Amino acid sequence: MKTFVGIDLGSTTTKAILLDEAGDVIGRGITNSRSNYDTACSVAKQEAQIDARFTLFRRAFGGEGGGAEIDTFLADLERSFRLEQFLEQLGDLEETCVRQVRGDRFEKQADAVKEALKEVFNRLRGEAPAMFGPDAERKSDFFRDIAGSRYLEHAENVAREAGLSYDLMLNVYDKSIIAVENRPPSGSLNEKFRCALDRVRAGDVSQAEADAALLSRISGMLDIELEESYVVGTGYGRVTLPFPKEHIRSEILCHGLGAHMMYPNTRTVLDIGGQDTKGIQINDQGIVENFQMNDRCAAGTGRYLGYIADEMNMGLHELGPMALKSDKPSRINSTCTVFAGAELRDRLALGERREDILAGLHRAIILRSMSILSRSGGVADEFTFTGGVAKNEAAVRELRKLISENYGEVTININPDSIYTGALGGAEFARRAAEGRMDGIEDDIAEGAVA
Amino acid sequence: MTAKPKSPAAEVQKDDSMLLQKAMMAKHYDRLANAKENGEKVASTFVPGNLNELLMCFDLVNNLPEVNAIQSGLRRQSGGYIMEAERSGHSEDVCTYVKSDIGMMAKGNIGPNGRKLPDPDVLMLSYTGCFTFMKWFELLREQYKCETIFLQTPYLADGKVTPNMVQYMVKQFKEDVIPKLEKVSGVKFDIDRLREYLKKSAKAEDDLVHVLQSAKNKPSPIDAYFGGIYYIGPIFGAFRGTDDAIDYYRFLRQEVDDRVAKGLGPVTPDGVMQEEKYRLVVEGPPNYTSFRQFWKMFYEEGATVVASSYTKVGGTYDFGFRHDPDRPLETLAEYCLGVYTNRSLPMRIEMLVNYINEYEADGLLINSIKSCNSFSAGQLLIMREVEKRTGKPAAFIETDLVDPRYFSAANVKNRLESYFQMVEQKRSGAKKETAA
Repeated sequence: MKTFVGIDLGSTTTKAILLDEAGDVIGRGITNSRSNYDTACSVAKQEAQIDARFTLFRRAFGGEGGGAEIDTFLADLERSFRLEQFLEQLGDLEETCVRQVRGDRFEKQADAVKEALKEVFNRLRGEAPAMFGPDAERKSDFFRDIAGSRYLEHAENVAREAGLSYDLMLNVYDKSIIAVENRPPSGSLNEKFRCALDRVRAGDVSQAEADAALLSRISGMLDIELEESYVVGTGYGRVTLPFPKEHIRSEILCHGLGAHMMYPNTRTVLDIGGQDTKGIQINDQGIVENFQMNDRCAAGTGRYLGYIADEMNMGLHELGPMALKSDKPSRINSTCTVFAGAELRDRLALGERREDILAGLHRAIILRSMSILSRSGGVADEFTFTGGVAKNEAAVRELRKLISENYGEVTININPDSIYTGALGGAEFARRAAEGRMDGIEDDIAEGAVA
Repeated sequence: MTAKPKSPAAEVQKDDSMLLQKAMMAKHYDRLANAKENGEKVASTFVPGNLNELLMCFDLVNNLPEVNAIQSGLRRQSGGYIMEAERSGHSEDVCTYVKSDIGMMAKGNIGPNGRKLPDPDVLMLSYTGCFTFMKWFELLREQYKCETIFLQTPYLADGKVTPNMVQYMVKQFKEDVIPKLEKVSGVKFDIDRLREYLKKSAKAEDDLVHVLQSAKNKPSPIDAYFGGIYYIGPIFGAFRGTDDAIDYYRFLRQEVDDRVAKGLGPVTPDGVMQEEKYRLVVEGPPNYTSFRQFWKMFYEEGATVVASSYTKVGGTYDFGFRHDPDRPLETLAEYCLGVYTNRSLPMRIEMLVNYINEYEADGLLINSIKSCNSFSAGQLLIMREVEKRTGKPAAFIETDLVDPRYFSAANVKNRLESYFQMVEQKRSGAKKETAA
């Protein structure tokens, strides 16, 4: 089947969206951005293709009743698939780690280190099925995050037991993860799906009796090729994407169109991403009328919250809930990202409470966004908030307050998938381009296609 | 106002008029460097409200600190000069022309030809709307302890030149400016000499306007912003009222007419622009520290600037004003009153709207200069109003004149590309509507 791909290469994460010919989202994929953009891009795309497979399965079985059973089965299949994927990457990581063990640094320890690595990876493999069990919770779905935190824990224990230096083990890992991450994904997806099916069939994960006919239908459906009809790239890393120029669209246009697709009545979009804050005005077709974004300075963008989280030794997702506990937000004027740590320590030294400081910081970010919004032409009904920061409840609370104070009653849309807004717009541009609809595609292709 | 001289990048394309212009500028800098040796006296003055014809009546050589700052920017010297000025106490937000100039003085006042610029004998401050000029010359007066003449040009707050304004300025010429220039130079004022120069100015001005308006052609044979900066160099500087200027503009006009006849686009550093995809009107000065890189962001995308407000800071000629030898002092007053920096916000809006319509542009782009409050104040309002009146999309980018720290290439490119795609999208949206 034909698919249309949008890839948003952001400073923090890379997102991909797959649309079908009807313009429905069939797959979403996300991964952490990394030094090799091509890899980040193909990983995100592959993730979206995996997601699309499951959408197709669900569609195929959707109309046949027995919903709960199918759901359980597909959930099992997905977990098994993720486990297969994890094990494969783990294998790659292990090989890479072993290859790092050479040279003077290891002297006579090389064999011992290799032995220790073997043990660490055995333990990792041993606990892997439980990590992908039915009720398991993972803090992140990125391989780097999962494998990293578990490796460190096991390596510390194994190193101690073997009387080896932990630093040595750490060093081997640090070098290897970068190499592994920047290698394009290997192995066939279908292969992994078939392994996952075998796993489900063997009752490895599922308690349910898997129906042989179902398995063979799924297996048959894997033969449907997800043809990549047109790809459009966007995001700050877009120029580095291995696409011809006409396949690259500005993230401002993609965000405008993506927001329009999620909420067709959208007229104003605010996107707070890793390094940009954008205020975008669009018309009833999702066409950008005007925009403003932060200039040379990245004060008050998503990265600011990242620094704050690091400074406070907290997870990014923990900042919002803590800020919500405040009833007396600190007054903070500067949102300079570089000074964020200094500002924070200063406040703490003055005896201010962490939750109050955090609440103040969230307000400061939103105040800066309000300035960008007003420069772009204000806020019109409906208003759609996108980007990673839209997931932060404390930021959203401040935004609602300030929008209502400044612009009165406005419908505020926040989509749970808002992080995919740019990729969605890109995918729709791709779909239109392939259809020969030229709204928003470069003139030369437009004319080429029409003439 | 030329690009780097003797650039090692031999492949950089320039048309003959650019080479001629470069030679003229070089000649002028040599004249400045030799001034003391040759017994010539020097007047420092500004581009907006530059009274070159009057200064020539007193055998004074015209030195323009702004142009020196631009030269320092193009030669990548300004960054160091600005830091030097900041060390001596000038804050980060001060106009970077000023800081580049102050820093250059502190480092020996070496001009673009590698030779020392002369100390001025007189500071001729024609105040034309930029408040910073006064402070700048206050600093220079402190440095050089020389005669400072302050000509006050009334601001065109109501959008028109009144007889009172002209009289007020003529009175200043007669009672203050001319007597002081006579004293400094030791040359007696001769109004017929002034008339002669003014006649020459008008001649060159005709050709300049012809060149600027050639951008109404499709494709435009010139870029009226990046290329425009070369074109305005002589007439905004020390050549207005000279035979050299007449020759240059005649030559330029011929060259541009040739390009029109051949249907050619503007000459960019990478050769003749092939396809004109976007026609823009630009408001605000350019960035000089990354001038070529900035320009490239336009021509690579097929964007030509067909009209710009910046090329009117040293005089607005395209709405009919010419220096008039029959009313020598009055005409100098009217010239000062009409320069772009002295125009009110509604006048600027009017002008930009007019350009978008007359030159059939796709929209307005504002390059907002971080350290120039004179230009930047009100620019967002200008943008909204122009958008409203023309229905054409506008965009806003932010850079600086000569402070390299305020040019973020990735950011500017991102916005420019978004803008070009936005123009494209709106255009095809409009096509669809027409088709429907």
